[in-house]
This record gives sequence, C-alpha cells and structure tokens, in this order.
Amino acid sequence: RDFNERCAQCSEVNWGLTDGGRFYCRSCHNVTERTREVVNTDFVSNARIQTISKGLRKQEKTDGGCEWYVCEGFQLVLKKQAEALEALGVCPQMKDEILCNFWRRYLQKTKQAYCNRPAGETVRAFSVCDSSTDVDSEPERPSLLRLLSLSESEGDLQTDCSFVSSISKISESTSVYSGSVDGSLYLMKNRKEKLRMTMPMTLSFCYMALLWLREPMTLSDLLRFVVEGHIPYLNVFQHFPEKMKLYGVDLKIFCVESWPVYEEVYYKMLELAAFLELPRFPDITDSCFLHPDMLCMKYLMEANLPDELHNWTCRVVKKTCIGEADFLTLVPGNKSTRNVKYDVLAVAVIVVVLKLLFLLDDHYEWLLSDFAEERNKNNQEGAPYFEFKKWYKVIKCSLDAKQKKLDEERAKYLWRCEKPLFYSDKKKSKVLKRRQMVVNLQNQFGKLSGSVQPAEKPNPSSFQFTWSEENADGSCFYGHSLKGILQEKCGLLTTMNPDYWLCTVKLCNERMCGHLAHYREAEFPQSYHFVLSLFSFLLRVQPSYIHDEVCVIEHRLFHKKIRKKPKYNAGLRK
Amino acid sequence: PSHEYKLNFKKSKEVCLSYIQDAMLQKQWKRAAEFLTFYIESLEKDFSTEYMGPSEMIWRIGTEILCHHSNSSMKEFNSFIEQMKTLGVKRYLKVCLEHAFHLLCNGLIDEAYQNLSLAESWRFGEQTIIQNKELKLIQAYRGLLDYYSWRKQKNILLEHGQDGFEDLSVEQEMHSCFRKAAVSLKEIIEIPGVWDLFVKCYVDLLEFYGDHNEARQVLNEYAYNSKFPANPNAHVYLYQFLKRHGESKKSLTSALKILHDIVPSHELMIDFNIMLQKSKKRKKRRLGLEVIFAALDYAGWKENVKAWSCLARQMKQIVMSEKHLDWIKQEWNSRKDWWPAFHFSRYLAKRNWQENESLSYEKALVAGILLGKDCKYFKYISHQGCKAQVKRFRILKKFVNKHSPVYLRISS
Repeated sequence: RDFNERCAQCSEVNWGLTDGGRFYCRSCHNVTERTREVVNTDFVSNARIQTISKGLRKQEKTDGGCEWYVCEGFQLVLKKQAEALEALGVCPQMKDEILCNFWRRYLQKTKQAYCNRPAGETVRAFSVCDSSTDVDSEPERPSLLRLLSLSESEGDLQTDCSFVSSISKISESTSVYSGSVDGSLYLMKNRKEKLRMTMPMTLSFCYMALLWLREPMTLSDLLRFVVEGHIPYLNVFQHFPEKMKLYGVDLKIFCVESWPVYEEVYYKMLELAAFLELPRFPDITDSCFLHPDMLCMKYLMEANLPDELHNWTCRVVKKTCIGEADFLTLVPGNKSTRNVKYDVLAVAVIVVVLKLLFLLDDHYEWLLSDFAEERNKNNQEGAPYFEFKKWYKVIKCSLDAKQKKLDEERAKYLWRCEKPLFYSDKKKSKVLKRRQMVVNLQNQFGKLSGSVQPAEKPNPSSFQFTWSEENADGSCFYGHSLKGILQEKCGLLTTMNPDYWLCTVKLCNERMCGHLAHYREAEFPQSYHFVLSLFSFLLRVQPSYIHDEVCVIEHRLFHKKIRKKPKYNAGLRK
Repeated sequence: PSHEYKLNFKKSKEVCLSYIQDAMLQKQWKRAAEFLTFYIESLEKDFSTEYMGPSEMIWRIGTEILCHHSNSSMKEFNSFIEQMKTLGVKRYLKVCLEHAFHLLCNGLIDEAYQNLSLAESWRFGEQTIIQNKELKLIQAYRGLLDYYSWRKQKNILLEHGQDGFEDLSVEQEMHSCFRKAAVSLKEIIEIPGVWDLFVKCYVDLLEFYGDHNEARQVLNEYAYNSKFPANPNAHVYLYQFLKRHGESKKSLTSALKILHDIVPSHELMIDFNIMLQKSKKRKKRRLGLEVIFAALDYAGWKENVKAWSCLARQMKQIVMSEKHLDWIKQEWNSRKDWWPAFHFSRYLAKRNWQENESLSYEKALVAGILLGKDCKYFKYISHQGCKAQVKRFRILKKFVNKHSPVYLRISS
C-alpha cells in the first residue's frame, strides 16, 4: 500500500501482494523481488526500479544450510576440476585466469536471459576466483580481459535485466523443493536455452581452457581421467561445503549418472566458444603437442609401431595440408572451417599410413609379413625388419587383456558415494536406511569375495600401453625397420604396395545424417577393424568415429584421383 | 560384454549382473559374491516398475550364493534374509515362505515353525489382502508342521501305551496339534490347487479320529471338483481310501476308470485289470482288456512281467473260450503296425530270453496269439525254451500250435 513505484513493465501503480509477501503488479502480473518488510523500512533512494535485495542474505536456514545459487554450485565444480588439472600438471594459469574468465563471460552472457539476482550476489559469486585482473604479460596469448565488454565496476547489470516472467508461481522458487535458491527456476526457465549449464558442460569448459592454453592433454585424455576419477565429476557435490545443502531438483542438475561422451562434450565446447564470442584461439603450430605430427608420434609409441612410420605420417599430414595452423586452429563460430578433433585426426592419419604400407585387406599384410620374415633371416645385424604378424600377435594379446580388464572395471563401477542425497526431508530417513543396508550387504558379500583387493585407482598417465625396448623378447617394435617392406624406386624408398582401397567412395553430408560415413564391421577387412579397435580403445570412442576421420583424410589425399573418375571401383593405384 | 562407449548407471549395472550370472553358472561363488557387492548399490535407485527389480535380484542371487558358498553359515543366511524382508513390503510373505523352506531343508524345523507363525500374524493394511495367497500357503505349511508334531505325539503315545504308561499331557498336546493342523489344512484344501501333501495329511488326521465321512468328502472334492486342476494323484488317494475302507467294487472301479483315462500308464492299471478280469460283467472284462493293452503301449512297461502276465492270462482265457475274439481284434487293429517292432523284434526276443525267462514266456504267449506261431519272437523263444527243456515252454508251444487258426481270424 505504501509502495508507489511504477511497474517496470507497464508503468502502472497497482500493486498487490503475493502469498510470499512480494509485490506484484495487478495490471500485468509482473512480480518483483520486493517484499513488504523491505518496503516498510527505509530503503532505497535510487529512483530506478531495480531488483531489490532481500536485505542481508539469510545465512542460516533451519537445517544449518545457507542460500546458494545453482551457478555458484557450478563455479565450485569448475574450481575443483581446475585444481585437479593443476595437480595433473596443467599450468596454474588455467585455473587462475583462463577458466575463470571464460566462466565470468558465460555468466555475463547468460545473465541477459536469466536475471533475478540481486546485485549483491553478483559480486559475491566472483569472489571465489579472486585473481589478478592484470593483463596477461605473455605477448602471444591475447588477454581475455580486454575483450570483456562489460566492466564490473559499474555494477549496473540490472539495467539489462528483465524481470521474472509474469507467472507468479515461478517467483516462488521454494514451491519446488530444492536446496539451492533457484534450482527449480533454473530447470524450468532455461529449458529452451541450449547453453544452460550442465555437468557435461563443465568438461567442455575445461577442454576449452586447455585448448586455449594449448596444454598437452587431448579431449580423450581428459575424459579418461574423468572416468578414472582423477578429475572430479561423478559425485563432485561431495566437495561442496557443508552449508550448501543439496536436495530436490538440485539432484537433477548436479548428479551425474552417465559417463561423459566425447562427441557431446566436444560439440558443446564449440557451441560455447561461439556463444561467448571468443576470438580465434591461439595458433596450433607444429611445435604444439596437439599438432598431428606430435600426436602421431605419441600414438605410434602407444601402438608399439616403428619410429620410422613417423616419417610417413608427416608426409601424409603435409600432403593433406592438415598441419597448417589455419586448419588446426579453432575459430569459434566459423562454420566454413572444419572442426578438428586432434586425437581422432592423429590416429586416423596413422590408420591411413598403415593402409598405405600394408593395404590391410586381410591378404597383403600377411604376405608382406612373411616376406619380411624371410628377409629377417639374413638380417642379423642392425635393426630387425618389422613384421606385421608379430606386431599383431603382441598387440592383440595386450589389447584383449586390457579390454577384458576395462570391461570388468565397468561392471564394478561404483556410482554412489558416501554422502547420501535425498529429494526431500520426508525421504531422508528412508534414504539413510537404504544406505545403511547397502553398506551392510556390501560388507557381508565382500567378505565372501575371497581375498580380492579393492581396485586401486590407476595412477594418472597419458599412456595406457607402455613398451620397453629392454625386453629381450622382442615385443617392442620402436626400433624396427620398415626396410623389409619398402623398395627402392628412383633412389627413393617407396612402398611395395601399389594399391589402396578407399573406405568410402563418397562422403556423406554431415548435416543430413550426422555422419560422414557409416561403419559396419562386417563390411570391412578384419585387419582394418583390428587397427580401428586398437585406437578406439585408446581414445575410448566408437570405431566409426575414427573411420569417419579416415575417410576424410583419404578424400583429401586422393582428391585429385577421385575427381577424375566419377564412376569407379574402390581400388586405386597410388 | 559389449564394448559400450556410452555408459550409464543402468547399463553398468546390467553388465554387472551378467558377470554375476556367468559366475553363478560356472559355480564360481567367490566371484559371484565379488560382483554382487558392486551390484548392491542399485538398491539406492530402486524406483523400478520392472518385472524384476534390483531388490528381488539381490534376494534371489544372494540366497543362491549363500547356499553354495563354502564359507557361509546358517547364521549369515538368516541375517541376510531378515534384511531382505525389510526391503520390499510387497514381497514380505514370499520371502518368509521361502525362508521357511530353506530352514526345513536344513533340518531346522523349530525355526521354520517360528518363522511361519510370525509371518502368519503379519498385518500390513492393503498388502495383507494383496498377498493373501502367500498368507494361505504360510498357514498351510504351518499346519503341516503341526501335523508332524501331532504324528510325533501320536507315536510317543502308542509307545507308552505299549509300555503300559498313560500320558495325559502328551495326549492333550497331540489333540491341540490336531486342532491347529486340521483348521489350516482344511482351509487350503478348499482353494483349487494341487495340494497332494496337505490332502494326504488331512485325511490321515480325519481317519485317525474316525471322521470317515469328512475324509471321503474331501477326497471326492479333490478328485471330482472341476475347479481343481486335473490331478491323477487325487484319484489315487481316493482309490486307496476306498480300498482301505472296503468299499464296493463299483466305487473302486469308477475311481480307477478316471485314472485310466488320465494316465493310462499308471502303475495301478495292473490292479485295475486284475479287478476287471474277475468281473462277471462283460463290459468290465472288455474294459480290462483295453486297460492292459493301453498300459503296455508305454515304453516304461515293456519289461513288466506282471503286466504281460495279466495280458497273457486274459488273452488265453478268451482264446480258449473262443468267445469275444473280436475284442482282441479291435485292440490289435490300432497296434498291429507298431507293436511287432516295439515289443516282438528278434533283438528283443534274444534279450528277453537272456535277461528274464518269465518275461519272455508271457510275451511269447501274447506274440503267438497275435502274430501266429511263425512270428520271429515266438519261434525264437519257444525254440530256446524247448531246447532248455523248460516244461512250460513245451506246453506253450502246443497251445499256440493248437490255436493257430485264431491268429488268422485276428489278423484278417
């Protein structure tokens, strides 16, 4: 009744009171944050309608919890993830600067559609990453800060805010149960927003930051570390402070029940980069870890292949021009450039090289291997010639063992953590009882399991396979020579194999069916499938994913020949 | 296990379950227990409306493992089951019942009784009505255990009676067991179902206390009430009861007739045939022939000397009286294509002669009449028998030779 401000939406002065004690405009049903108590006290001198703080934030709720907002939760998650990455060897700048700034930018961008936050809160949210706002001293890395259009000192975010929609129910954010202040609002309001923050998206943020800094960690590495538990993701809310209570719809937001999927994280990252209107990322040059020349070396080592193959991968990279900085560097929002998955690209190059040298049609590679074996009999000094058969046996053995172990680990994966979660107080006792029973049963049957040690978290390592040249059994192929399968022609060493088969005659339209090619195991040679399965194990992606990339590289490599003959069989002469 | 790249909670628990199943099938109980520990957390996500959710899985799998694992004890099993009882109200009585079975299988009869009594008194609103079937079964089994107590008391009493002791407390105990047992058993028997054990015990109780009418009624209901599933045993129990009480041949016959219709290969068919052969009524004797032929259609009877001797006797009688040869012809009509190979092959002749002379004698008689004196079976057996100078075979040979025209009339 004492409230004489004009409504921001319709400029009327016709206020009523909602059940929650807030004022609402009777003409347009616009609800404000102002509550009656606040109005009765001496308050604001600013004539502009502003979202009004509820006064001091209530620190204590009945259960000892405090009020917190969903994005604060995510901020904590990101902080924890960044700390874990730092522990893994990523430079501290990632945590202190890059990730922080990306996040800030995200908050600012999304605030335009998401705003019932009092000014006081905004400042507090940023205090968590209290870092220097100095311009980055290193010249190669453009500072993000200069690009931020919004300066925080003004603190006038409110001017850009729109009020909460007219449905009065939504303003009562406590009508749907949640520990966070805006949990239900978050889910409801932002349903249509494609870039509503989710748990998988935290990994997109991390990867984006890693990419900006050109850290030596691929996306597949990152996701593997997540699954192995080195980076908080599953049950990350365990690290929330005691006062931040999680229940109700918060669970839907912060609880994860599936492993992150490469494609999902990757494409979200692209969307995010475009949304944040980031500029061209720092160039990926041939001295970067993510450059195909470097990554090929890494994967060649992991696949226990001869070092000499590296020359070939470099040649393919050069010929297809995929080593160019312009090709490799991410330019957000640019639809014309192809988006590069560095790890998949590198292994695809290796697959192409293997096809070039060994054909992989289930015949030739074995013939060639026998041939090399013959030549090896007379080759007593120097490096032994590489025999595909031997390599296959060694790799198959190790791969099967590792795959079996991984399958068992997946079956034994524990999703729940000690901190129990419940939707509401009513369910609390039931949940706790259940948890107690689960623990009892686990103990009971654990004793019957025999002397099985609990699986220890593997030490984080970039390499999943290691091969040692010291092993006398000859199971390491790094130093093996390709001479056994090459021939001299015009003073150059070239492959004995004159043929090549294309994985696909024509590339699909990615926009139509989502894929560039369609991989079906039965339609391809088993050796090819074996090689794909090796790399798909390393990267933890579907073989078809790598197959797609192989198709693309082949088409780049042979594009001249492909253009020449519109109709032909899949075999080519190089 | 497939190489799935998208892994979520549900999928990972499915995979875990398949590991458990593999281990169980290979009787690797330690490994099964190991994987079960990782499966157990799915209880915390048990919002399932699936047919068989995690709690039921864990109950069943856990039971199997604890039964077979070398390190597990009854105490552990009991504590596990008690937890399972609290897991799902909808399954409470079923778990109780199976627990009781388990205890009985391990000889813990008193514990089983306690469990059943406790379960019997369980009430849980609507659930009590929904789980009515299980409740009835629990009552019935509790009643069964009361019956066994009654039997024990009865035996003690009889012993004491022999020794000249009188024991009032035992007698009272016995009667009280009887009352408890009788009520429960009667209740379950009224519900259509297969309750062989309960029926037998209940009838035993009734007979002891002299309530033959009630017993007969119960058995009649059990056998003839169409709501009950067809159960050969019902007719067997009825027949045995009637026989015990010296009932008329007519009622015995009608009881066994139904049994013949349902299970022509039943062992009581011999008794039935013997009874019918003796009858003065032509129809009955005709039926007797039908019954014994039908029984011998089954492989399980091939070497049953008694059955063959029944058939042989009846056929001999018919042949000698020269009346009702058409009976044999009718029965033989549907069998002449396959009985020769089934019963009267040369191989069988050799084997029967080697293993069982009486069997071969009876069969040879039948073969001789049905297939004539030139059939391989008869020829071989009679030859062997005469060679061994066993008197009856000579008589047999004469008999068959004498009545050889009969064969011609049958086979035409």
